[in-house]
Formats: sequence, C-alpha cells, structure tokens
Amino acid sequence: MKILVCISRTPDTTAKIAFGDNNTKFVTDGVQWIINPYDEWYALVRAIMLKERDASTTIHLITVGGADVEPIIRKALALGGDEAFRVDMEPMDSYQVAVQIAQIAREGQYDLILTGKETIDSNGSAVGAMVAELLDMDMVSLATALEFEGSSAIVTREIEGGEEVAEIPLPLVISCQKGMAEARIPNMRGIMAARTKPLKVVPPVEVAPLTGLVSYTLPPARSGVRLVPADQPEELVRLLHEEARII
Amino acid sequence: MSVIIFTEHSNGEIRKSSREALSYGSALAGRMGVSAEAVLLGTVSQDPSSLGIHGVSVVHHCADETLNTADTRRYTSIMAEIATACGSTVVIFPHSMNGKAVAPRLSARLKAGYVSGATRLPDVEKGFVVRRNVFSGKAFMDVLVQTPVSIISVNPNSFGILEGEGIAEVRPYHTSVGAGRVVVRETKKVTGQVPLGEAELVVSGGRGLKGPEHWGLVEDLAGLIGAATACSRAVADAHWRPHHEHVGQTGLAIAPNLYFAIGISGAIQHLAGVNRSKVIVVVNKDPEAPFFKAADYGIVGDAFEVMPRVIDAVRKLRKG
Ligand SMILES: Cc1cc2nc3c(=O)[nH]c(=O)nc-3n(C[C@H](O)[C@H](O)[C@H](O)COP(=O)(O)OP(=O)(O)OC[C@H]3O[C@@H](n4cnc5c(N)ncnc54)[C@H](O)[C@@H]3O)c2cc1C
Repeated sequence: MKILVCISRTPDTTAKIAFGDNNTKFVTDGVQWIINPYDEWYALVRAIMLKERDASTTIHLITVGGADVEPIIRKALALGGDEAFRVDMEPMDSYQVAVQIAQIAREGQYDLILTGKETIDSNGSAVGAMVAELLDMDMVSLATALEFEGSSAIVTREIEGGEEVAEIPLPLVISCQKGMAEARIPNMRGIMAARTKPLKVVPPVEVAPLTGLVSYTLPPARSGVRLVPADQPEELVRLLHEEARII
Repeated sequence: MSVIIFTEHSNGEIRKSSREALSYGSALAGRMGVSAEAVLLGTVSQDPSSLGIHGVSVVHHCADETLNTADTRRYTSIMAEIATACGSTVVIFPHSMNGKAVAPRLSARLKAGYVSGATRLPDVEKGFVVRRNVFSGKAFMDVLVQTPVSIISVNPNSFGILEGEGIAEVRPYHTSVGAGRVVVRETKKVTGQVPLGEAELVVSGGRGLKGPEHWGLVEDLAGLIGAATACSRAVADAHWRPHHEHVGQTGLAIAPNLYFAIGISGAIQHLAGVNRSKVIVVVNKDPEAPFFKAADYGIVGDAFEVMPRVIDAVRKLRKG
C-alpha cells in the first residue's frame, strides 16, 4: 500500500499567542514548533502501524511551507516516513494547500491519503476534504479506527453522540483523530536514518487563494473569579441561578 | 440570489446546530436583502414547512431515504447542484461532523472561499468579512472571502436560535446524483444524551475525581440540569471515560453557556477547548490550580465534600 501523510507545522500547545504588524502577523519570537499533534499522533503513527503489519507499504510525507518547516518534516521522517515532499510556498489559505497536495497526490497515485482532523493553529478542518474533492475521491473525516477488508477500508468515524462504521473502497482520504493510534517518540536509529531519507523540494502550482486574512483579535479577558467559601456550596448554586441565570 | 442553508437531521429530527445555522443564514440573508432557503436531504418526521420559523422562505427537500445516511461526496454534489440552480451567493453549514466534511468539499468544487467555524455574522459593508476561531480558541481571525460565492460553517452555540411565525414553501427536489460508494455498516449512538458539541450546559470531571467510580458526582449534576458530560484528556487516556468526552486542544472544542469543571487543573491545552464557554465554574482543592484564572465562579475545596452539597442544593432548586 502507498500512503501519503499530510504534515503541518504548528506552534507548541503552550506557545504564547500574540500578534504584531497591526494584528496581521502571529508573533513567532520564542515559539517552539511541533508537528501538528493530529498529523503526528494519529495520521503518521497509524501509517507506521500499517507498514509494520505489511512491509511492502511505503509512507510518503508532504508539507507545504518554506525552508523553515524542514526540521518538522525531518522529525516526521525520524518517526517513520520513507520520503518527504516539501512544496515550497507560504500558503495563504486551506485551498492553496489542498491544491498543492492534490498535485503531488495525482502524480503519486496513493491508496490512502491521511491528514490530522485539524491543525491546532488554524483549526480549519478543511484541507483533507478539499484534497478529496480535487481528486474526486471519497473521504472520511474524524476517523477513530481503520481496518481493511480486501480492497476496501473499514473506517469508524465520530458522529454527534456516537460513531459510525462504514465500508469504502480505496483510494480514500481520511482525517484522523484520537483512537487511530497512540503517540510515539522517535528513537535514535530513526533520527539517524532520517538524515539521509529523501526530502524533495517541489515548486508550487500557481493558484490564487480563495480567502485572505484581514486581522487577528485576542478574546477579552475574563473579569476574574468569584470564589465561594468551601463550606457554602449552596451559595454557588444560588449565584448560578440568580446572578448568572444559567441553571 | 439567495443564501442556502444545509439542514441536518438525526433520527428524523432537525438538529439544534442546524437550527442555529438556519437562524444565522436567515439573519444574513436579511442583511443582504436576498432570500434564505433551506436544503433538506432525506426524510424527517415533521413537516419541513415548519423550518419557516427560523426565517427561511423556501425548503428544497430531497425526500430520498438513501440520503438519511451521510455520504459527504454525494451531499457535496447535491449541494453544488442546488447552489448553482438557485444562483446562491452564500452557502451556510452547521460546523458539525458532517458540515465540516461537506463545506470544504463544496468550496473546492465551486472555487468558493470557505470560512470554517464562524462565530458571528459576516460584515457585508467592507466586502465579505467573517470572524472565526483560530489557535484553538485563543484568538479570532477576520477572514475576507475573495470569491463571488462564500461558504461558511457556523460554530455551535455562537449565534443562537431565532424563532418567529413563518411557514416555508416546500419545493420537492429530485437529484440526478446517484448512490455513492460508501456503505454504512453500523451506527452506534448514545441515545437520550445531549451531544457534547451542541450542549448548552456541560459538567466535566478531571483526574481529581480519583476514578471512574466517582463519576456519579458529574452525572448527577448533569442529569439534574440537563447538561452533557465531558472530561479532561488525562481521564480519557486512563479509560475512565470514553474518548468522545475528551475536551481540549486535542479533543473537542466547545463553547457552552456553562462549563462546570470538577477536579481539573486547567492546563493550557485543556483551556484551549473550553475557554469560549460563557460561564466557567471550577471546583478544585488546590488554590493555585491554573483553572481559577480562567474561571468566573469557583470553590477551593474537596470535590467529594463540595459536590454532594452542590447537587443537593440544585435538587432543592429544581423541586422548589
Ligand atoms: C500536546 C498536548 C495536548 C494536550 N491536549 C489536551 C486536551 O485536549 N485536553 C486536556 O484536558 N488535556 C490535554 N493535554 C494534557 C494537559 O496538559 C493536562 O495534563 C491534563 O488536562 C490534566 O488533566 P486533569 O486536569 O484531569 O489532571 P491533573 O493535571 O492531574 O489535575 C487534577 C486536578 O484535580 C485537583 N484535585 C485533586 N483531588 C481533588 C479533590 N479531591 N477535589 C477537588 N480537586 C481535586 C488537583 O488539584 C488538580 O488540579 C495535552 C497535553 C499536551 C502536551
């Protein structure tokens, strides 16, 4: 099986969120970068598990970004990819990213394209579905389990208040979340091997974004906590009923 | 010209997040001076004309039972067909599991700019600018749609449901889009519970509750006030609670009117999923727990002593 895993770089979950240039730029000073947790823990590790089960499986990674995202793609290679593509552009929206991925996917003829359910910085949940549409493929979003029967995938996905199991013939795009796999840590051998794995830098396909950034805003701070003494829990209930009027 | 709204149902009932999307779409159509029209795929138990109460004048109804199970590729084709036939300039989706899958597909199909998870109505004065959540609830981003057609998914619990008197005209719609390749084998649903993503009130427990056997404290309060239940990642990882209850940066992001957190430290990754809640209540025995900084009301105390009394007081309130 040939698997393409989409990898995105995001700020660490504890990064301070601040904006500059009239609130049009995320301030990256001091920010630690990580592989988007959904891409790493669920999509990539699931692909690695499939390869462990069937050694003929190959894992191809793709990221869309400038040269500064390379440490992230090397880390992904250290975890277990065979080769990686970096489409050399600073994308403006999800559509631009999807067009680049679809282009690489068209050339590579993959059986499975895996993404994380969303990135933790842009939270768009859009790229996987757009790629599927551009390739006229089926897609399962928010998948929590993946198995195979013959040439079909058996995918479990989250639905409101439960889950759904469906059978869908390959090729297929799947966005992955918790349940798909467990996080792993790259080992020394993987890190060494990653240095020599192919990382191909590919020029982007010309495509205009469909949306643009106007500005960022931080949410207003909360006014502060009102503490109720531990021996008067009834007072909390009264406040929620009479003051906040929510129960 | 029109605003069309993708309207979802579950077990024949229109979903709450879709009622919000209908209200949002109707309000937007009002601002733009165009009509608001619902698209309903599959069969429902009530008369679709009743969707008029949320402000839509027309319901395009494709009453085909095979559409009751979601095939997002097929849904996309039908939405594209209807949007084109109606000359729609805006297509609205609920930011639900299916909405999140169909809206971006439609965006790629129609080459129409997509705004995922809108938190308020678009500003149509200076182009078409829509506010959405980014950085896992830690910031907002205003997005300008640069294409003639816009696609928006509306975050649950951010707009509210508008109800009036109207009755919509129901237009039967027959699609030429055939069955897809997705075969649904099984649907497991926890019935009788409010889906977490749509819930207005949420009671949540963390590792401070010591073990799954103490979840009665969460469930009793939730049951009394009609809330959904949630948990921290540490709790889901320990398998004390199911994964779908895990909220936070790597779980579900929610924005209920009340988030009641018991024995949760309030780590930054947890806050990322809940900090858009309107009122946050924290019960934690550690006065230094970071959650108190993000809370509106709090009790520094032992949950095992505090919560039974909270539950009793709520029970009295409900009776009285
Ligand atoms: C990349 C990344 C992503 C993450 N994503 C998420 C996420 O999506 N969601 C999430 O929740 N976490 C997430 N985490 C984990 C997060 O950092 C915390 O570890 C986790 O939220 C802790 O869960 P907790 O508050 O239940 O447990 P703890 O941190 O163990 O806190 C338990 C709390 O209970 C209190 N307590 C103990 N006993 C009592 C008592 N008797 N009465 C009252 N209070 C008591 C303690 O004072 C303490 O504050 C993520 C971490 C990383 C690194």
